[in-house]
Amino acid sequence: MSGVVGAVLQVIVIAVGSPLLVGVMRQVRARLEGRAGAGIAQPWRDLRKLMRKEAIAPHGTGWVFRAAPPLLAGTALVVAAVVPLVTTASPLDGVADLFAVTALLALGSVALALAALDTGTAFGGMGASREMTVLALVEPTILVSIFALSIRVGSTSLGSIVTATVEDPLSVISPVSVLAAVALAIVTIAETGRIPVDNPSTHLELTMIHEAMVLEYAGPDLALIEWASAMRLSVLLGLLASLFFPLGISGASTGALALLVSVIALVVKVTLMGALLAAGEVFMAKLRLFRVPELLAGSFLLALLAVAASFFLA
Amino acid sequence: MRLWRKIVKTGRVAEPAPLRDPDAPRPGVAAELAGSVQIRHVDAGSCNGCEVEIASAFGPVYDAERYGARLVASPRHADALLVTGPVTRNMEMALRRTHDAVAEPRLVIALGDCARNCGVFVGAYGVAGAVSDVVPVDVEVPGCPPEPEVIVAALRGLTGR
Repeated sequence: MSGVVGAVLQVIVIAVGSPLLVGVMRQVRARLEGRAGAGIAQPWRDLRKLMRKEAIAPHGTGWVFRAAPPLLAGTALVVAAVVPLVTTASPLDGVADLFAVTALLALGSVALALAALDTGTAFGGMGASREMTVLALVEPTILVSIFALSIRVGSTSLGSIVTATVEDPLSVISPVSVLAAVALAIVTIAETGRIPVDNPSTHLELTMIHEAMVLEYAGPDLALIEWASAMRLSVLLGLLASLFFPLGISGASTGALALLVSVIALVVKVTLMGALLAAGEVFMAKLRLFRVPELLAGSFLLALLAVAASFFLA
Repeated sequence: MRLWRKIVKTGRVAEPAPLRDPDAPRPGVAAELAGSVQIRHVDAGSCNGCEVEIASAFGPVYDAERYGARLVASPRHADALLVTGPVTRNMEMALRRTHDAVAEPRLVIALGDCARNCGVFVGAYGVAGAVSDVVPVDVEVPGCPPEPEVIVAALRGLTGR
């Protein structure tokens, strides 16, 4: 029963909290740049306003264009329900293991890339081709790095991987975990389109990856996409925290108080990681596009080494 | 580390927010936007003087972003068009199309004397007219170029913050 409550709680926390996380990250950046910042509630104000605006679709676009935003938001919500963030005993854990989670994330990205192609604009096509390049390098790394952790547990279920770490917290301090953690961190940055792979606040169409795909969206569709992107960011950061620092996460049978503690722990962990990521972005410039595959191939190599290490050191 | 020391030493450069000018023009549409105005800047033939001032209005010192205004990359994301310069013949159709691409409710800000009444370019052979001759204008910001304070005050009239 606490698993169901926990799963509902984590979906609500992610859905409500992820725009606030984006607000916190923008605020951290603004302060480090010497600016005052718009406040952490600004992304919610933007979303509220976008929901009230007129929905317009460009001429010549079809159902692919219209289907992408709900599909992106829907997959993000499902992933938020499956991944162990508040509880390791999500009722959906049995039907969705790490392969399903990766595939769901990929489904959202592919839907958006197809929608960008559907607009027929130069920048849409360019953004779609770049997103696919990044995606093709990111997805195997996510799979392989989590796979390295799953070998120790003997299960691909994310819930049991995290449960095993909770029972034996010192197992995180091993070459396998360190290599997998670094690989997964790089991949998280690439998948969520942050610096150094992509710049979420750029105005230069030629340097865009994710932003180039959503240039043609307006009103409620754009609100859905921005909300879904924020959710994907918080889910991936939360997954990173749960896999390598599962402090305070709830098990199968816990009381209401423990669930509350887990929610607070999740919020604190994800906010800290987001703030750290935003602070790191101030010190970095965006990588040249042709250097991005090198970075991602490096992270894939780390993930592969993690798998090799998990066999040799087991 | 050098950058970090610089950040700590510089601290906050944004000037304290002045009181909001209650007389700033606030078209009825602006109330629907509720504190969040995304702006697409359109250079319809400007000399780039206004662009420099817009850049400083959104820079760290004036920080227009703290009032809920933000420059965006696409007219589809925008609520307001910030048009500078007299509308040249080559930009007339582009400005019309950009205006059509913005979702309702939408606003047009004519920034600078050229955008308001063609300024020194009035009657020039390449100029099609002022911004109000091409698209309906909601807010005008005078000045050649307008100072960042004036731009920020006009934007605060739209965001209401």
